[in-house]
Amino acid sequence: MSSNQPAALPSPVEGIKTRSRLLRGTIADGLVDGATGALAEDDTHLLKFHGSYQQDDRDVREERRQARLEPAYSFMIRTRLPGGVCTPRQWLALDDLATRYANGTLRITTRQAFQLHGVIKRDLKPALAAMNAVLIDTIAACGDVNRNVLASANPLESALHAIAHEWATRLSEHLLPRTRAYHEIWLDGAKWAGGDEIEPIYGPTYLPRKFKAAVVVPPHNDVDVFAQDLGFIAIAADDDPRRLAGFNVTAGGGLGATHGDAATFPRLADVLGYVAPERALAVAEAIVTTQRDFGDRSNRRHARLKYTIETMGLDAFRAEVERRASCRFEPARPFAFTTSGDRFGWTRSTDGLWNLTLRIPAGRVADRRTERGEVRGLTGMRAIARVHDGGFRLTPNQNLLIAGISSAHRSQIEALVRDHGLNLHETATPVARDALACVALPTCPLAMAEAERYLPTLVDRIEAQLADVGLAGEPLSLRVTGCPNGCARPYLGEVGLIGKAPGRYNLHLGADAAGTRLNRLYRENVDEAAILSALEPLFARWAAERQHGERFGEFLWRSRVL
Amino acid sequence: MTQVAPNRSAALPLPDPAREAALLQLASGLDAGQLRYWAGFLAGVAAERERSHGSAALGSTAATTTPAAVASAARATVLFASQTGNGRRVAERLHRQLESQGLAARLVNVADYRQRDLITERLLYVIASTHGDGDPPDDARSFIDLLTGRKAPRVAQLAYSVLALGDSSYPKYCETGRLIDRRLADMGARRLAELTEADVDFQTSADAWTQRAISCAREQLQSPHLAIVSAPPPAQNGTADREHPVEVELLTAVTLTARGSERSVAHLELQAPALQLAYEPGDAVGIWHSNPAETVEQIAMAVQADLATVVTIQGRSHSLRDWLTREREITRLSRPFLDAHARRAANPELERLRTAGSDEGLRTLLRDWQPVDLLQRFPAAWSAEELVQALRPLSPRLYSIASSRAAVGDELHLTVAAVDYLRDGQQRYGAASRYLTRLAVGEAARVRAYVEPNPRFRLPEDPARDIIMIGPGTGVAPFRGFLQHRIEQGSSGRNWLVFGGRHLRSDFLYQTEWLEARRNGTLHRLDVAFSRDQAAKIYVQDRIREQGVELLRWLEGGAHLYVCGDAQRMAHDVHAALRDVLVTQGGRTVESAEAELAELAAARRYCRDVY
Repeated sequence: MSSNQPAALPSPVEGIKTRSRLLRGTIADGLVDGATGALAEDDTHLLKFHGSYQQDDRDVREERRQARLEPAYSFMIRTRLPGGVCTPRQWLALDDLATRYANGTLRITTRQAFQLHGVIKRDLKPALAAMNAVLIDTIAACGDVNRNVLASANPLESALHAIAHEWATRLSEHLLPRTRAYHEIWLDGAKWAGGDEIEPIYGPTYLPRKFKAAVVVPPHNDVDVFAQDLGFIAIAADDDPRRLAGFNVTAGGGLGATHGDAATFPRLADVLGYVAPERALAVAEAIVTTQRDFGDRSNRRHARLKYTIETMGLDAFRAEVERRASCRFEPARPFAFTTSGDRFGWTRSTDGLWNLTLRIPAGRVADRRTERGEVRGLTGMRAIARVHDGGFRLTPNQNLLIAGISSAHRSQIEALVRDHGLNLHETATPVARDALACVALPTCPLAMAEAERYLPTLVDRIEAQLADVGLAGEPLSLRVTGCPNGCARPYLGEVGLIGKAPGRYNLHLGADAAGTRLNRLYRENVDEAAILSALEPLFARWAAERQHGERFGEFLWRSRVL
Repeated sequence: MTQVAPNRSAALPLPDPAREAALLQLASGLDAGQLRYWAGFLAGVAAERERSHGSAALGSTAATTTPAAVASAARATVLFASQTGNGRRVAERLHRQLESQGLAARLVNVADYRQRDLITERLLYVIASTHGDGDPPDDARSFIDLLTGRKAPRVAQLAYSVLALGDSSYPKYCETGRLIDRRLADMGARRLAELTEADVDFQTSADAWTQRAISCAREQLQSPHLAIVSAPPPAQNGTADREHPVEVELLTAVTLTARGSERSVAHLELQAPALQLAYEPGDAVGIWHSNPAETVEQIAMAVQADLATVVTIQGRSHSLRDWLTREREITRLSRPFLDAHARRAANPELERLRTAGSDEGLRTLLRDWQPVDLLQRFPAAWSAEELVQALRPLSPRLYSIASSRAAVGDELHLTVAAVDYLRDGQQRYGAASRYLTRLAVGEAARVRAYVEPNPRFRLPEDPARDIIMIGPGTGVAPFRGFLQHRIEQGSSGRNWLVFGGRHLRSDFLYQTEWLEARRNGTLHRLDVAFSRDQAAKIYVQDRIREQGVELLRWLEGGAHLYVCGDAQRMAHDVHAALRDVLVTQGGRTVESAEAELAELAAARRYCRDVY
């Protein structure tokens, strides 16, 4: 619809960015306005660049409207944490903030970041200041900029993980906005006195839309590199598998789409070619500035890099990047991915230390009691952080890796995990263990349907169906989102549900388990009964006809169901 | 008026210079588009006068036609209810095209559209999106409430056409547009064209609808016949008063405080016939209530009386239940009843309570105890007849009116805090708040009411004066009426509200209305104090001290100052804060500050309505 029309006018958000004086707007004034729990409308767009979203509790929106009360506003805070790596001291600081200012949960996102939810306006500034005091910032965690950079959380290859993490950090810092607005507003830094403050990479209007980057170490595609705007696939040296030779660079992935708008679609990234490490940052910057200058600024639904590449053509895009980076891509080096899931439980790294990967459903570290038992996640992780002398890594599948555990500490940490019910990696069923869901209702303003709150029920129903055909215990990647914007990467699930309305979803089937093939729309706008009755015969056929170890997504393709 | 006059003085009667100057002054500051609009509007008025009275008749049309009706007769309104912006874009296009054809039109977001717009509207185009499965856009919810509610007006003067946008992959797509189309017809409006429903690829349908809309508008607007707004039906009786209340319908009741609030405050809207319930902003409404049935039963049980017993006093006979429910004050303890009961009970503890700390014990008893507390705690023998005789006659409760007729027409709004607490494990209620908040909206819910004028609490006669309104809690009620009135009057004076409560999230009464007024520039300052949102308690008087310099500047500029709400503490604390501001910021002595406040009060520039 709108994206089909020639629309030369910049979108309203472009105007807001232009007028913002490098992301300042009137945020500082809004923070001290005691008559409302919200910020000014325009400032809510700018706030994202500072790592926070204004949200409201949609469950009570209507009753509050009738009561002539504004919506129950609160703020989500998202950290910038390249590669999802943090220290026990940082964990304890975040735990304290979650308890003091937020809703008592620490949420791990699919971008290896932490989110705090439910922070009210007057607590926003103290919370950000406390975070910065332990060297965690939130700059560019959201907004039309390069977001938190992912890195493989590979627990085995400690040398390669260190390299991936180092590059994620360099990339994140190279592409960071340079405005002083963040320090002024949140950290009481000196006010900008005017003069020549500039954004050397982004310019005054930043990017047309969000921009996502990842560094991945094959064969483990936990970052879903083909879903990223920019990807670095680490290629090991021929003579030493633990030394980095260079990167295959990918561009143009992105999973967001808009229902009913044919000009929008999920897209996997293209491999542009291979570059040596010393060229990598220049190439990344060239890709960013090409998107800055060629991206669609009139329609935000059509503004991601993937559409820029579709519009320019891949060859023209590659040539423009090469021109800007003053280098040429070499042919891509061979690589292969085998899986995108996490490797749960205990593993031992090449440096001899131990790692434990915990399953954290929907990434929510919280103390809560469900019919499945009690999980004291927040308390348990606090106890672990107090004794642990290694580090933590958040995985892109919203799980948590306790890294670098010495043999002496192993049994202590094992006991703490069990005591607090954090051992879902041992107790959860395979479908539950690998499933992803976004936050959705009630806080996400984009949600059209439930996701996280609905996932446990759906997992139970699907596992019951699998058990009926004798496939209990089989892995299956299930992903549910409340809208088509793709936060839990639903287009890469063997079974993906994408919310359309309360209780109704589009059912997508048939992605592969390694994140290299998108699934396809199988049923449109259906309710749970229709989803289950669509799956039931397919599971039965899979059980009857599968080849040895064949996964559901592969079976659907081989048997031409799709 | 088809010909351009070559020479103004030759072709037209000469306007008198004073009137011309006044017109030019009115026109200064208007842009070309606005000037053209008013030129067309005045031409319409002229055409109407020529048509109905001959060219010489002056003034008579204006007497039967409201300005709003004239304005709405001369133009089309394009109303959009849009979630993602598609509806807005279609509306903007139609609006542009109407204007480019020289037709007067205005573009309005449905969120800004009010009942008073609808009842004078002549030509309305609605573009309404539906999102999800049948949900209206957030902006449209109030409008849908208006159309589907009990207060939906008759709109026989209205002609309209609706374009519904939706996504046909949902069963109830286009539902919002369908509903608006259906309801407008039900309300007596004339459909210019059948509803057009447009799917995701809406452009073709929208274009066709737009073209039809433009040709309809051309027909409708080029033969102007002005709307005559019918006068309200004559009232059957005269003005209601305390002894002659009028029974009126409860139209709306909503809770203003959020779920989980420690307080419960309700907003009520009553039908208010113009003659019987005439009121000015600042006036109070008296409500004759019935007492809570629970309390009536507790009293009967305490004195071991049968509620069916017939009691005759001064020739009037009712059951005990009726006496206690409708004729007697049973939730407020009076001094004579306390004394009478004490004599009967002859209880030493009660005696101690009455006499503790000289007057303090007595004051506490009278403030905190209800008659039923006394009857239960210190039993005494009462016959039904003696009890009825000892209790005071029921008196009505007064509430500040929270509306202006200029804004709400024949309605009267009030803001009622529920009095509701536990004592000795039993629920206790404030009689009238319990009565009002338990009424269900509907035909059966009728309330006996009258207006209690409050001439000491009036807006400045000069609309150019600034006003400062200090009203924590339900004290904010009259200021809602004040602001409505000032907006409708087009007052040029500035408006400043200081509100207080416990929590921003749950207790900010009429929050969205104040925020909207601040956003659209009709509320010039808004200061709030929420006492329990931080460690240190903050009250309205603290805000007054903080804003002292600005407050003095307003007062020196002639502002009127109003305080409404709790008399026991707030009014006193606010007064002290005002005095402090005059002393610390204004350099007065304490004595001269007090004298100055007294002068302001005498000049009706410092008005209090405290209770």
